Amino acid sequence: MIHIIAFYLFAVLLIASAVLVIMSRNPVHSVLWLILAFFNAAGLMVLVGAEFIAMLLVIVYVGAVAVLFLFVVMMLDIDFAELRAGFVKNFPLGILLAVVLLAELVLGFGAYRAGTLKLGEADGTAATIAGRSNIESIGALLYGEYLFLFEAAGLVLLVAMIGAIVLTHRERTDTRGQNVSKQNKRRAEDATVNVKPEVGKGVTL
Amino acid sequence: MVDLSQYLPILMFLGVAVALSALFVFLPMGVSRLTGTHNPDAEKNSEYECGFPAFEDPRSQFDVRFYLVAILFIIFDLEAAFLFPWAVSLDLTGWPGWITMMVFLGELVVGFAYAWKKGALEWE
Repeated sequence: MIHIIAFYLFAVLLIASAVLVIMSRNPVHSVLWLILAFFNAAGLMVLVGAEFIAMLLVIVYVGAVAVLFLFVVMMLDIDFAELRAGFVKNFPLGILLAVVLLAELVLGFGAYRAGTLKLGEADGTAATIAGRSNIESIGALLYGEYLFLFEAAGLVLLVAMIGAIVLTHRERTDTRGQNVSKQNKRRAEDATVNVKPEVGKGVTL
Repeated sequence: MVDLSQYLPILMFLGVAVALSALFVFLPMGVSRLTGTHNPDAEKNSEYECGFPAFEDPRSQFDVRFYLVAILFIIFDLEAAFLFPWAVSLDLTGWPGWITMMVFLGELVVGFAYAWKKGALEWE
């Protein structure tokens, strides 16, 4: 009973916040609704027994990706009047895209109903290992069968890191930052000299 | 079906957190209204000296370096997330799994060294 109530609560909130993501006028509000959608998706994941995925949703999507979305939204100085001005001009193209998407949906759903696609049929290959928890089964699969894909994911992360640094990092030459090793290498005998200038003579440095 | 009763303590924690935070917000407001000290004017509501305006357009341009920090945070966050299933399933994956993770961490260390060398981790 409590499962049913929780499922409908999470599902309704998820769909409602997803609708609000695309309906709200302020993109910052959209991102905040998206965070709520992520939380509800995590709740649904808990209900199907995928606790690790649920926690990952909260940690990665809410904690990191949503913050990045907020950054991007705040960084782009979007003029909304200008965006809406192109609405009438781009309306036929938008309708065309919507029709294509609808056709794809109809075709896909028709193929599924015709029984040619084997979707969502439990054949036992995706079941968790008996006596093991969800996260252990994920680990056994990810670091056993799919280990090369996992390494490829690591390379993708590396490329993302290097790409972000190359694109956004600027060497700042107008500031004089602290150079710790240079400070530590400095010795008192190198830094100070004891001179005794005669009267009326200058000091050559 | 997962046993939802094990989430009861978390639900209780959430309830306590919500109640406490609501108390911290609404108790001072209620007390100040009841004792008659709630007497705002334009000067009191304005930002004080070095404070910034509370209500303004959030889409202001700021330094792209914040974005770089966020990207690096996400990447290392994901890396840490991959460690959890690896750590609990080591008895199932054995040495191949261990070596896999070490190679993965090596890839990320290369990125970390690059970020460090380029000065992406330094602010100024």
